[in-house]
Amino acid sequence: MTVERVISETKDQFPIGMRVLAVDDDPTCLLLLDTLLRRCQYNVTTTSQAITALKLLRGNKNKFDLVISDVHMPDMDGFKLLELVGLEMDLPVIMLSANGDTKLVMKGITHGACDYLLKPVRIEELQNIWQHVVRRKKFDQNDWYNSGSQDKPHMGSGEAAGIGKVDQNGKLNKKRKDQNEDEDEECDENGHDNEDPSTQKKPRVVWSVELHRKFVAAVNQLGIDKAVPKKILELMNVEKLTRENVASHLQKFRLYLKRISYVANQQAHMVAALGSADSTYLRMGSLNGLGDFHRLAGSDQLPNAGFRSFPPSGVLGRLNTPAGLGIHGLPSPGMIQLSHVQNSGNAGNDQSKLQSFVIPGNHNANILLGMPMSLELDQLQNNKGVRHIGELPTADNTTVFPVSGSLIDARVAGCSNNPLLGVTSNSLMLEGSSHQAILHATNLRDSVSTMVFQNGNTLSDFNCIAPASNQLRDSKSNLQGQASLISCNAGPIIRSDPQEWNAPRKDAPYQSNIMCCSINSSIPVNGAMVQLGQCLDQNNPVFHRNMDLDSIGPPNFVDPLSIKHNKGESSAMEPLVIDKEGYLIVQQRPQGSYIPDNIGPLGDLASAIMKQDQDKGKPADGDFGCNAYSLRNCI
Amino acid sequence: MDIANQLQRQFMDYSTSLHREGFVDDQFTQLQKLQDENSPDFVVEVASLFFEDCEKLINNMARALEQQQGVDFKQVDASVHQLKGSSSSIGAMRVKNVCIAFRSFCEAQNREGCLRCLQQVTHEYSLLKNKLQTLFRLEKQILAAGGSIPIVE
Repeated sequence: MTVERVISETKDQFPIGMRVLAVDDDPTCLLLLDTLLRRCQYNVTTTSQAITALKLLRGNKNKFDLVISDVHMPDMDGFKLLELVGLEMDLPVIMLSANGDTKLVMKGITHGACDYLLKPVRIEELQNIWQHVVRRKKFDQNDWYNSGSQDKPHMGSGEAAGIGKVDQNGKLNKKRKDQNEDEDEECDENGHDNEDPSTQKKPRVVWSVELHRKFVAAVNQLGIDKAVPKKILELMNVEKLTRENVASHLQKFRLYLKRISYVANQQAHMVAALGSADSTYLRMGSLNGLGDFHRLAGSDQLPNAGFRSFPPSGVLGRLNTPAGLGIHGLPSPGMIQLSHVQNSGNAGNDQSKLQSFVIPGNHNANILLGMPMSLELDQLQNNKGVRHIGELPTADNTTVFPVSGSLIDARVAGCSNNPLLGVTSNSLMLEGSSHQAILHATNLRDSVSTMVFQNGNTLSDFNCIAPASNQLRDSKSNLQGQASLISCNAGPIIRSDPQEWNAPRKDAPYQSNIMCCSINSSIPVNGAMVQLGQCLDQNNPVFHRNMDLDSIGPPNFVDPLSIKHNKGESSAMEPLVIDKEGYLIVQQRPQGSYIPDNIGPLGDLASAIMKQDQDKGKPADGDFGCNAYSLRNCI
Repeated sequence: MDIANQLQRQFMDYSTSLHREGFVDDQFTQLQKLQDENSPDFVVEVASLFFEDCEKLINNMARALEQQQGVDFKQVDASVHQLKGSSSSIGAMRVKNVCIAFRSFCEAQNREGCLRCLQQVTHEYSLLKNKLQTLFRLEKQILAAGGSIPIVE
């Protein structure tokens, strides 16, 4: 049981003495873990409660190097803890479980775990866990201090996320380089710290909810593509916060956004595949997340505040499928409704509005879509220690999707979003609840991966959660396929409430649109667009949001939309608006006559499509952009 | 000393039989290896914790399964899952195996099957407890006689 030295003895004796926090409600396992870790010569602290663990971690930012946590715990879900830790403390977290189900492991990864161990845990495995600490340090260091390192693979999530980020990173790196020269004093402070990866003991910045909120507000203000760490830092005006901290956080944030938009796309896709039900669902999802959006959507509202919350919502919008997006750009009634729903947490108000959203006949689909969210929400609310947003009532899945597209959606939206919405309803994802939302999102996200339908929900959640933790980013790759799907689907799905819009909506086009979307999931919009164009009798605004986080900038997104939104044309649907980010939101009036009959085949189709998408490993960027344009043309 | 050697031999035989009969598996051996002069009672400690935990979980499961108005299988499953985790951590192979079967009954929401498994778990747990207590007694005797506890591979 020898522990190998990472660095020369002159530095500290890392990994000996590495400070580990072990969390497990099972005393037997905890004692065993404690003994094993001590045998590895780590400095071990144990607790059987996740809440205590969080307190310990929050109490002193630099107290621990690594966290090992069990998955199943009574007071808080391990994944939630994982998210929180990743978000607030940016520590590597290892999950532990007796259950080695692929799905669970995947969930762990998407939530940002840097490893997943199975019980009974062996000492050999524990002897190597220090690598996660080193990797993270090195990663942070290299990322921010090496000029020209454009494609630093993101630790842990390498794949799509990394690829997607390259452009941004490249730009960012360049800018950073320039800024570095200007901010030498700042750099120096941390610079030398970074020289020594293993022993680097940067003072850890805890990204509290407040801090994150400021961060997101600053990003919103600047616009996601113009948000550079230096400016963000200036806007945030927080003492002792360095540009590097902000840069690091920004990177995670972008990944998060990418991931959720990816997921949203997938969901949208799936929704489309499923038929109207999905779309509604997606919408709902987005709506939920849109809680913030409602602000935007509110015809008379569209306050900037809404925009602020944009990032979270923006994220949602993106992810949530067109519905979410639509809401942003288009003050679709439904969207607005959602906001109401969110605010009041009572789907009732908006239910009427949401009608259009509800996909008829989506008993199955809806349930799938809506349910997951609701369920998730419920679960989240019940099980997680997260603060629940009381406002959102958890709608029964069944009630959520009335065939006639009634109010349920509102409810669903409300419910599903609850966890997230609760956060968003404040229109500021950043709120403390955002953590919850994040967690929810995470949870939702998981569902997303497991259930296509659920994706819609989760997406919205994601959107809400703008401050998504890094962990979200991990799931990006997974979500990408989904997101793309969703985005595709979202298009058709996003329908303003027919009543609101006064636009004659045809079910046929709607459905066909959906179909188109779902099919196109991978090609997002091109294929669907064409069909949509044909089907759409109005300018369904198609907002295609690029996976690229940059496009999230609310200002870009919202303004044109809001204007359009208020048009009272027959189609109530906003004209196809293609945001510079390439948001495509196809708005279709959800017809009440959606019947989930075709869910089965569509479901298969959707799955097939999703698989394709996933296989293609589409990069986060630009997937949707093309669709938007083609859609526009069609329309 | 003769007595010590005798006891040690006894210990080894007993240990081997436990392994052979599946009461404990390799994980238990790992635990024994972890015991050293710094933590001389490690195995006993872990085993005691396990027994306590096991009893608590069994009670939980029994209570949950007794509910006439509707069994909360999720709760039962959660308990079984935890028991599976701790039994595998200590190397209690037979208990763990019953847990695996138990879980599928939980998923199927089969109350009868669950009750049967619960019975089995309780039975295996008592057996194991007895066996391990015998083993620990032997260990004490060896130490008292001045010998050292052999590691049985």
